[in-house]
Amino acid sequence: MLYRETGQFKTDYAADQQLFPIRQDRVAIVALLVFAFAGVPLAAATPGLAVAIDFNYWFSGVLIPFLIFSLAALGLNILTGYAGLLSLGTAAFMAVGAFAAYNFELRVPGMPMLMSFILAGGVAAVVGIVFGLPSLRIRGFYLAVATLAAQFFVVWALTKFGWFSNYSTSGVITAQKIAVFGWAIDTPVKRYLLVLAIVCVLALAAKNMVRGAAGRAWMAVRDMDVAAQVVGIPIMRTKLLAFAISSFYCGVAGALYAFAYLGTVEPAGFELDLSFRILFMIIIGGVGSILGSFLGAAFIVLLPIFLDLSANAIERSFGLTLPSGLVSNLTLIIFGALIVFFLSVEPLGLARLWQIAKEKLRLWPFPH
Amino acid sequence: MSLRFGKAAWLGLAALAAAGAAHAQNEQFIPMAGYWVGPYAAGGSGVFGGYIDYINMVNARDGGVNGVKLTYEKCETEYNNARGVECYERLKKDGPTGASLIMPLSTGITYSLIDKGTADHIPIVSIGYGRTDASDGRVFPWVFPLITNYWSQNTAKIKFIASKEGGLDKLKGKKIVNLYHDSAYGKETIPVLDAQAKKYGFEVTHIPVAHPGNEQQAQWLQIRQIKPDWVILRGWGVMNPTALKAAAKVGFPRNKMVGVWWSGAEEDVIPAGDAAKGFYAAAFNVSGSNYPVIKEIEKFVYTKGKGEMEDRSRVGSIYYNRGVVFGIVTVEAIRTAQERYGKGKPMTGDQMRWGLEHLNIDDKELKKLGATGFMQGLKVSCMDHEGGGAVKFLQWDGKKWNTVTDWIASDQSIVRPMIEESAAKYAKEKGITPRDCAKEG
Repeated sequence: MLYRETGQFKTDYAADQQLFPIRQDRVAIVALLVFAFAGVPLAAATPGLAVAIDFNYWFSGVLIPFLIFSLAALGLNILTGYAGLLSLGTAAFMAVGAFAAYNFELRVPGMPMLMSFILAGGVAAVVGIVFGLPSLRIRGFYLAVATLAAQFFVVWALTKFGWFSNYSTSGVITAQKIAVFGWAIDTPVKRYLLVLAIVCVLALAAKNMVRGAAGRAWMAVRDMDVAAQVVGIPIMRTKLLAFAISSFYCGVAGALYAFAYLGTVEPAGFELDLSFRILFMIIIGGVGSILGSFLGAAFIVLLPIFLDLSANAIERSFGLTLPSGLVSNLTLIIFGALIVFFLSVEPLGLARLWQIAKEKLRLWPFPH
Repeated sequence: MSLRFGKAAWLGLAALAAAGAAHAQNEQFIPMAGYWVGPYAAGGSGVFGGYIDYINMVNARDGGVNGVKLTYEKCETEYNNARGVECYERLKKDGPTGASLIMPLSTGITYSLIDKGTADHIPIVSIGYGRTDASDGRVFPWVFPLITNYWSQNTAKIKFIASKEGGLDKLKGKKIVNLYHDSAYGKETIPVLDAQAKKYGFEVTHIPVAHPGNEQQAQWLQIRQIKPDWVILRGWGVMNPTALKAAAKVGFPRNKMVGVWWSGAEEDVIPAGDAAKGFYAAAFNVSGSNYPVIKEIEKFVYTKGKGEMEDRSRVGSIYYNRGVVFGIVTVEAIRTAQERYGKGKPMTGDQMRWGLEHLNIDDKELKKLGATGFMQGLKVSCMDHEGGGAVKFLQWDGKKWNTVTDWIASDQSIVRPMIEESAAKYAKEKGITPRDCAKEG
């Protein structure tokens, strides 16, 4: 009943081909964007609220990592969800993006920061294409192993060759200060807005891409690549494009991770467990769905924090002392259980659950 | 009837509430952003166990520092930079004056927090690890790599090796292998070793071991070919016992191996069994529970059943004692800050920074703390955020660590110029103007 699209007629092709054809969707998205861009920063600037809620923590510790991981999950979703090419090298491409952005800023005088991010994504795309070449010959599990090689090789190369980290004695580099069009991005609010803007633009681009010819080619390759080839879809171009676009997104996410979130980069921060984390995000959120990347990222970023805060609250209210490390181990157990649950019960993840909810909302309160 | 409760009674209640609130305000908050899970949990749980026990002991025995009770909150970082940043952001505003300081026990997390701590005015204390060039306090006013940093330790290690060879002049022509963990931590000492190799005329070969380090066959075969006189083991976690076992297999004498202080704990040598006998390690704190400060902890905390270590035998181990040293530094910094800014008041981040920068723990103070021989004296200043620079050497006999030397001072003539050069490069890169220490109080 709430979600009925009856009465919403489209009178031209443009209206019919909209990204969000249902009016309720459009309203919801606009409201969300207004809240995200204007509502949250205004709330943070209200003196009364700022005392009650620690906005800097929410920006720096929760919202910014959520947005950055959503972007990386989006990249992986394009590769694994839409094109069906399982990849375990996501963190390596993020590392390439981070170090590339650092080096562009360092070695090219006067390079605008946004340009550095775009070029860093480009470098990551090139690396992605190189490591995506095996996908033309092998598929499935074996391709995953080839991308694993990418993961280890990139991290090794960044540690071994001091040039990438400007020969710093410890291999840890500090990201430069961000300045966009003359504005210095130094407070958590500004960083949040920058990351939000970049993620919104790239998510919109992704949503368009997966609806268009490229996206349909990817889905054809995912479903049955031999049949796709027979039908005339250029396999090499499609697969390498998937790797390129996915690595571009991961590269930009990596650059933002270094510049807008942590402030420092070291190769050891982009190990295999980060790749797995992003894979878990798309499995839980929903493979092959743009919304799923965001839901999965929110889940994986927020769950450990939520468990930690609950444990603290329990400790305080009941006066117990829980064993240290209980929460961390519990988080890992819960993640594992959820992965098994989602893969067996609902392989299409949280996004599918949301879709089912929307279907039910069309009929509610009348179940049939 | 309720109105007859009377003005006096209401005033009394209000006074009680205010007193209660004021009492709650007289606290100093210390964030405990450590790791109790993961591959380095043995170290993290030991260090933070000692740290928390010392804090609880000070609260139980003295009622806090001049009446200001010390509170803390644990936050699990899993030795992960992103988690460390999240814990810092969550805990930095807790307590009436915010977090006093933060000791992340991780070089990676320290690097991530340097900019944030500087902006938020919260000192970052990285005792025995962290960003070595932060010893130059003019460029890093908010970062304190106290007691001894990696470069100082390295020069003391070369002095120790020289003492075993018969003098610094006998080092000429000798071969030393630096077996290091291939990470930011592992690579820190390569430049200072190269500088000393040039100065004393020994040959140094750097051999990396890929993380996590449980495969070292190739590296030890290479070492057997080189036939070095000494091997410096700069390991972490599982790399350490693996190295000792591989050395035994290849026939390299363990009493010609010297480890850093992250290779020199019980957890690093016990898994290697007999292969570890004779192994030397550097330390800025000793092991053993026969010191007055440990006895006080046992008396005031463990007998009351409030100790952090579930395994009581770990009290007095190297990592545990290291945590006690962290606690001593924290409490003495608070005390020093209170001397200037008001006894009995909780200190803000700026005041804690002053306290850390003017920390002066001499022998008399050590005796009062019950830590003579346990840790070295400390004198921090604006120029010198290290404050100590001396190292003791321990040897494992199969059952425990025995102290085999007294405090060996580092060679600051090599270390300090390198630190100042590196700090100046950082200052130029970030556009920081170094402070003028002469102008400050």
